[in-house]
Amino acid sequence: MPDLRDLYQEVILEHSKSPRNYRELKPADHKAEGYNPLCGDRFTIYLQMDGDSICDIGFQGSGCAISKASASMMTQALKGKTKEEAEKLFHRFHEVVTGKTESHGHEAELGKLAVFAGVSEFPLRVKCATLAWHTLEAAIEGKQEAVSTE
Amino acid sequence: MSTAVKLPARESAPHEMSDYDVERIRADFPILREKAHGHTLVYLDNAATSQKPKAVIDAIVGYYEHENANIHRGVHYLSERATEEFELARKSAQKFINAPRPSEIIFVRGATEAINLVAQTYGRTHVHAGDEVLITAMEHHSDIVPWQILCEQQGAKLKVAPINDRGELILAEFERLLTPRTKIVGVGHVSNALGTVNPVREIVTMAHARNIPVLVDGAQAAPHVAIDVQQLDCDFYAISGHKMYGPTGIGILYGKQALLEAMPPYQGGGDMISSVTFEKTSYNRVPHKFEAGTPDMAGAIGLRAAIEYLQKLGMNNIAAHEHQLLEYATRAVSAIPGVRIIGTARHKASVLSFVIEGVHPHDIGTILDQQGIAIRTGHHCAQPVMECFKIDATARASFGIYNTKEEIDALVRGIKKVQEVFA
Repeated sequence: MPDLRDLYQEVILEHSKSPRNYRELKPADHKAEGYNPLCGDRFTIYLQMDGDSICDIGFQGSGCAISKASASMMTQALKGKTKEEAEKLFHRFHEVVTGKTESHGHEAELGKLAVFAGVSEFPLRVKCATLAWHTLEAAIEGKQEAVSTE
Repeated sequence: MSTAVKLPARESAPHEMSDYDVERIRADFPILREKAHGHTLVYLDNAATSQKPKAVIDAIVGYYEHENANIHRGVHYLSERATEEFELARKSAQKFINAPRPSEIIFVRGATEAINLVAQTYGRTHVHAGDEVLITAMEHHSDIVPWQILCEQQGAKLKVAPINDRGELILAEFERLLTPRTKIVGVGHVSNALGTVNPVREIVTMAHARNIPVLVDGAQAAPHVAIDVQQLDCDFYAISGHKMYGPTGIGILYGKQALLEAMPPYQGGGDMISSVTFEKTSYNRVPHKFEAGTPDMAGAIGLRAAIEYLQKLGMNNIAAHEHQLLEYATRAVSAIPGVRIIGTARHKASVLSFVIEGVHPHDIGTILDQQGIAIRTGHHCAQPVMECFKIDATARASFGIYNTKEEIDALVRGIKKVQEVFA
C-alpha cells in the first residue's frame, strides 16, 4: 500500500507553502497558461530566454500541493538551462513520476526533483506533478492557447 | 422552503423512525463490503453517484435472464412481457413524483439529457432572438450549458439570478429578473455543490404569474426528499436514476401533458413515429414521441426496483435520517479549527462542502482516500458557484441512506489527519 509520506515529502510540502520564483516576469518573452480541469489547478509560466537558454523563469497561479511544489522546483532546476536540457529533464521527470522502469539509475540526473518519485504510487496525481512542465513546453514553443491536461 | 420537501417531524410518526435500520440497509448494498486501500470503505460521494442495492442489481440480471426482448413492436411472448415491465417502470416513476399521467414520464439517459431535450424542443420553439432564459447562480453545468447552446442558436440571452453568501437564492433578485422577455426558467431543486434546497414552489408561483414555465433539475433532490410535481406545479422535472440508487444511463423527464404534446420531437428514429413515408412522417403520441430508438429497458426496470426500494424505506424516513447525518456532520466538521463549510443555507440536503485552510481540496481527497474515505473534490461541475465563493474548489462529502454517524466520525478523523500531514 502506498504511503502518504512518499507523496507528501517534506520538501514538497515546504515548496507548496513557500513557492520559489513565484512572480510574474515583466517583460516575459515567453508565457503560457496551464489548466487541469479535473481539480482546477491553473498556472502561468513566464520565461525570459537568451537564445536557447532560460535566463529567468517565474510562475503564478493556484493548485494543489503537488502541482505547486512541482512548478516551484521546476523553476529552480531550469534557471540557466538550455531548451534541450529542459526537455531532457522533463522526459526524465515524466518517467519517474509515471514509474517507468527505464528511469532506474537515472535519479541522480533529476537532483532534487527525485522527491517526486512517490507520485508514481498515486496515478491520479501524475497530472498534478506534470502540469507545470507541460505548460513550460508550451511557453518555450510559444503557444498562445492555454494548455489543458485533459 | 418548498413545501414539497416533506420533513419528517410533520409527516411520519415517531415509531416509523425507529424502524430505520441502517445496518439492515447497508447489508442490502454488496459494494459496501469492499475495502479501499485496506480500509473499510466509507462512501461519502453519493451526490456524484449512489451505490446500488441487491434488489436493483437482481432486477437487471433478472431482466436479461428472463425477459429481454425489444419492446412495443414484437408480437411474441417475450416482447409482450418486456413491454409490460417497461411500462410498469413508467407507472412506478409516475407514482414516485406524483405525476398525473404515465404518459407524462419520458425515459431519458439522465437529468442532463432531460434538460437538453427541453432546451432543444420547447426551447427552440418558444425562445427567439432577444428573449431570455433565467437560471440561478448555483446551477450544475447540466442546467447551464444546454441553455447557453439554446441562447446561442436563437440569439437569446441567459440571465442568472444571484445567491447570497450562505448559498441561498436571493428570491427578490430572481423575481426582478423575470421580465416579459423571459421565456423559460431552469432551477435546481437541490444544489449539488452546496446542498441548498431551493424554494421551488415559490419560484414556480412567481414565474407562472407571468406565464413563464419552469424546469426543475431534480437530480440531487430525488434521492433525498419526497417529490410531488403536482404540488410544486412545475412544468418539467428532470431526474437521474443513478443518483437515486438506480442504474446509470436511465433517467426521467416529467413534463405537463399539454406542453409535451405541443413540443416537436427531440430525436428521430424508431418507436417515435406512427407512420413513415419518404414524403411525410407522423409522430407517435407522447411519451413515445420523445423516445426514439430502443430505450434502456434494463435500466428502466432497474430504476423501478430502486424506486420500490426507496418507497419501502419511505422518503420521509430517508429525509429524516439524512437530516440527522447532515446536522451531525455539520457540527463535527465545523468544530475543527481551520475548516470552513461552503454553503450554509437554512434548508439543505445531504451535502457538506468544505475547505481546509492551507490545503488544496485535491490533497484532502487523496489523503482521505488513503483512509478508505471516498469524497469528491473539485468544482463539482458548478464552476460559477466556486466563483461566487471566490474559491477554486471544495471537498464535498455527500450522504445517502446507508451512511452512519460512525462514518462521519471517520471523516472527522480523516480531516485531522490531513491537517497533520500539512502541519
